[in-house]
Amino acid sequence: MRRAVGALIRKDLLLQRRTPEAVPAMVLFSIGTFVLFHFALDEREVSGNLASGILWVTLLFAAVLGINRLFVSEREEGGFDGFLLAPVDRTAMLVAKATVLFLFLCAVEVFVLAAFAILLLGPSLDPALAVVLLLANAGIAVIGTLVAALAIRTRARDLLVPLLALPLTIPLVIAAARACAPLLTEGAGALEGRWLGVLGLYDLVFGLLAYAIFDFLLEE
Amino acid sequence: MRAIELADVGRAYGERVALAGVTLTVEEGETLAVFGANGAGKTTLLRILATLLRPHHGAVKVLGHALPREGWAVRRKIGFLGHDPLLYRDLTARENLQFHARLHDVPFDRIDALLDAVGMLARADDPVHTFSRGMVQRTAVARAVLHEPELLLLDEPLAGLDPGAAALVEPLLAGRTRVVISHDPAFRGDLTLGLRGGRVAFCERHVTPDDVQALYA
Repeated sequence: MRRAVGALIRKDLLLQRRTPEAVPAMVLFSIGTFVLFHFALDEREVSGNLASGILWVTLLFAAVLGINRLFVSEREEGGFDGFLLAPVDRTAMLVAKATVLFLFLCAVEVFVLAAFAILLLGPSLDPALAVVLLLANAGIAVIGTLVAALAIRTRARDLLVPLLALPLTIPLVIAAARACAPLLTEGAGALEGRWLGVLGLYDLVFGLLAYAIFDFLLEE
Repeated sequence: MRAIELADVGRAYGERVALAGVTLTVEEGETLAVFGANGAGKTTLLRILATLLRPHHGAVKVLGHALPREGWAVRRKIGFLGHDPLLYRDLTARENLQFHARLHDVPFDRIDALLDAVGMLARADDPVHTFSRGMVQRTAVARAVLHEPELLLLDEPLAGLDPGAAALVEPLLAGRTRVVISHDPAFRGDLTLGLRGGRVAFCERHVTPDDVQALYA
């Protein structure tokens, strides 16, 4: 399985490098949203719960753009058939696509956090944010891969992805926003273990669920 | 040894029956030629044999393995060339074959030899989207035989190829058990299957071009 996962990740990163679509679109969308919040709220700076909420809603909507593009090359260029014809465990596609989406989210957040700090955030960024981001990214990546695989063979895929992904990620966003809020406050507080626990548990539950049903989603 | 055994195989898409009642046997090394008008069920049959579709009815045995239960064991032994070349347009010919070589656990040194055999070595590092249709088809043939499959499932393998290119790829496709979808009445297999509206019109060892032409009438 490791061989197939490696091949799929390498191929997706190569395609992204050659024709960058998802990551630049996610970054531009996020920066545009911050600019809108900046003017709509008429606040020079935000912090605490408000800052955390703005950050996570923006990241989630940006993630939806990436989720929508996740299986496009597979659908349009016969990648599904090419993969299904190979003597490999079909779960390799889940692991590879979730890893790629996770990496995309991490790359996007490097730029988005910098823009957030410049455009909206009052307090400086706390390095402990990285822990919350990594846990939340893992959850979004697994849920996103599952939803994208479910939607890709339907005609209404562009509608289905946000309609399915947003409700499924509500608990994730609540936990991530609550965990981040103390870190985005002046004189940053400590990370709250219970929200990290919720994030970890949610990642685990959806990881197992995705592992159990992903094979069926690839059936024609 | 029997390479393919089909017994009353059928498949439907919703209410529409795409394939029904296909029963045949193909021996190892033989070529099954499949003819039929558009929508006759040829591609559905090919995709069932390739493990890409589950049959809704009947029993399928390929290279001694019952499908779909033992699909995993069959996949390493079949090469599939359908309507889509299964190549990523923004990757080069070499990168595409490297991707499939990794999936099939095939050493990379076979890639250059194959690209040379189909006359694509000089364009190996160009993206597929810069290729003509014939060049894409030649690269797709190289992909289909990359892992040296025992059984080839081919949907009009020479489509888009000029006579010179066809002469290049034909040796790569010969010498194996084959299922070949064709619209050329002159094409001959050891066994010929004619499909009409998803049902078997004939399945004979000896057919005439007129028998084939009648399928399209």
